Amino acid sequence: MIAKRRSGAVVTLVATAALVASGCSSGKSGSGTESKSDLYSHPVTLNWWHNANQDGPLRTHWQKVADDFHNLHPTVTIKVTAIETNDLQRNRLPAAMLGGNPPDVFQAWGGGEMAEQVKSNYLMDITADAKAEVASMGPVSKIWSVDGKQYGLPFSFGIEGFWYNKDLFAKAGISAPPTTLDELNAAVSKLKAANVTPIAVGAGDKWPAGHWWYNFAVRECPAATLANAGTKQDFNDPCFVKAGEDVKAFIATNPFQPNFLATPGQTGATSSAGLLANGKAAMELMGHWNGGVMQTLTPDQKEPAFLGWFPFPSVPGAGGSQNTQMGGGDGFSCSKKAPKECVEFLKYIVSADVEKAFAATGAGIPTVKGAEAGLADPALQTIATATQSAGGVQLWLDTTFGAKAGTAMNDAIVAIFANQGTPQGVIDALKKATAR
Amino acid sequence: MSLAGRAQARPARLPPHVPGRAARTRHKWYEIILLTGPAVIVFTLFVLTPIGFAAYYSLYKWSGYGWPTEFRGLDNYIGPFGAFRDAIFRDALRNNAIILVGSLVIQGPLAIGMALLLNRRFRGRAVFRLLVFVPYVLAEVMIGIMWQLILQPNGTADAILTNLGLGHLITGWLGNLNVVIWTMLLILTWKYTGFALILFLAGLANIPVELTEAAAIDGASWWQIQRHITIPLLGSTIRIWMFLSMIGSLQVFDVIWVASTPAVRSLGASNTMATYMVDHGFNEREWGYGNAVAVILFAISFLAALLFQRFVLRRDIDGAQTQGVT
Repeated sequence: MIAKRRSGAVVTLVATAALVASGCSSGKSGSGTESKSDLYSHPVTLNWWHNANQDGPLRTHWQKVADDFHNLHPTVTIKVTAIETNDLQRNRLPAAMLGGNPPDVFQAWGGGEMAEQVKSNYLMDITADAKAEVASMGPVSKIWSVDGKQYGLPFSFGIEGFWYNKDLFAKAGISAPPTTLDELNAAVSKLKAANVTPIAVGAGDKWPAGHWWYNFAVRECPAATLANAGTKQDFNDPCFVKAGEDVKAFIATNPFQPNFLATPGQTGATSSAGLLANGKAAMELMGHWNGGVMQTLTPDQKEPAFLGWFPFPSVPGAGGSQNTQMGGGDGFSCSKKAPKECVEFLKYIVSADVEKAFAATGAGIPTVKGAEAGLADPALQTIATATQSAGGVQLWLDTTFGAKAGTAMNDAIVAIFANQGTPQGVIDALKKATAR
Repeated sequence: MSLAGRAQARPARLPPHVPGRAARTRHKWYEIILLTGPAVIVFTLFVLTPIGFAAYYSLYKWSGYGWPTEFRGLDNYIGPFGAFRDAIFRDALRNNAIILVGSLVIQGPLAIGMALLLNRRFRGRAVFRLLVFVPYVLAEVMIGIMWQLILQPNGTADAILTNLGLGHLITGWLGNLNVVIWTMLLILTWKYTGFALILFLAGLANIPVELTEAAAIDGASWWQIQRHITIPLLGSTIRIWMFLSMIGSLQVFDVIWVASTPAVRSLGASNTMATYMVDHGFNEREWGYGNAVAVILFAISFLAALLFQRFVLRRDIDGAQTQGVT
């Protein structure tokens, strides 16, 4: 074993010299060749990269998970690194994988991105070891699988909807949350009449604007059409153009805060989440993590008590499913080279008690059955119930389509928001994106 | 030439144990290798090699996972989806041009004027010099965030305008697509005028007092002295500043990255070549294409530097060369 490890280090050293700036460093212990009986038999270090880089309940939770696992299995040392999502996903992970020294455990969002990583042979196949966990999660776990093989386990999954201010709704005389697009339009009019900004949108970050199009696409397009778009890059169905027309028509009612192209989604009190959290806007269409984001944006660092939640309304006359919801989640994967203990750690993260503790942080909805009992936040409880009763869940379209097509699509949707683009422009961008 | 001349002349007069011409040439080469070697190695590893790699990667369609395999020739440059056919990249070129010309035209005269003022003796001169130079010392990211806060809707800038009775001028400083690039130019001017100023003040300090005194004795007015003596003698400093400002404008990144949102950048309203490169190379996972943009940025900067040195800086560089070494 020792000799083997040394030869690994020599190979790494040669590779370092050859690649110069690729960022390779010392070879690490564990070569992934041990059989299952070797588990916990010799010391290993797991490098763990997650995205809870802001101080808060979630970051504390992950540190506790790492410490607890080490106490359970003293041979496993876990080195935790927290990196901001975009930097982690777009820069750090690809560079580390390319450099041949990826972290052992890292955040994974499933979908098209994961398919690319599998194609390049970066991820560990955990199908055989995680059968029980996958069964307990149900269909959600499929998003972290490619061609029927499991490559990651989600710890959190939830649907998107409108986070709204109950006080402002009452002030504007809106008695019940809207369930159809017409009711949403009526609510917007009432809020405007009451001198309240109806909806905050963080269009500056592009994807929050993109989500409007995704949700209309789910309403307009049958599930089979969306599935084809993801796997075969087939965007010819007219329902995609209709989704863009819906967005355009909705923007024309002026429901958003002024100057929304300069509004970020999550940073600072003037971001869209900040506007909602501080009572400056009545609604925001956002994922299930929004409560956790708003905690960090209020003066007292607490989620406001006035928050409520309702799902994306139905669109009369649209051809897609009216009770399928848009959603997504977070999971972790092991890199191909990681020691066997990595899979055990993944399973530990989604074990019932750890998931309950995660639910208590208010940072999201757990995936394992029974763990939702740990949810303390009423808005999250509503979302958890709605997630279970949804007719189906469509993964974020940008994640489904992969980074390239996803970003090109978001750019084209933002152009509609800026009154520079057309519904057809989104389709053109999607078709073009695969060319570079 | 002079060295060769001496070498031929010496053997006739000096004792024979002095090394021959070949030995001394060899010795000279050892010295050159010893002294420049480390620099050449570092330069090759960290400048030339990356440029070579960038040029190589730019010929591929590459998402960054695995090594590049899909060779596409010059498609990333001139193909149907190449940089030069991309409207947003052309917007970036235009924005770089606006910043380049705007910086030269606004910062130059502004800084010369202030330098002439601050070069006179008056109470609190040191404080003024410090104040003008402070923005240059602050980090770009801090400045970006600071201006973002000042310029947000109903923020400080809007309040000041309203109180001055100019409320009708208020617009989305960072959200109005026709205005954003000028907002960026304003921030950059605010930041970099201090840099020009400090260079010009140093240049002014080098102008001998005797010249201006003599002119004053001859009856020249303050304006005449500045116009005919100070500014011409400041010429080489101004040209060096122009060069630095030009290269900086072509490569500007930080302030724009921080102060304008991704949406505004992707619509071509505030993006520059450098922000476009990062947006596409990393965020859109078009690594091959991003490398192509990097090569274009490098080529434009390199060409601009060469032309400027050849036609504008020529005199200054000739003068600066240490003559008599050869």
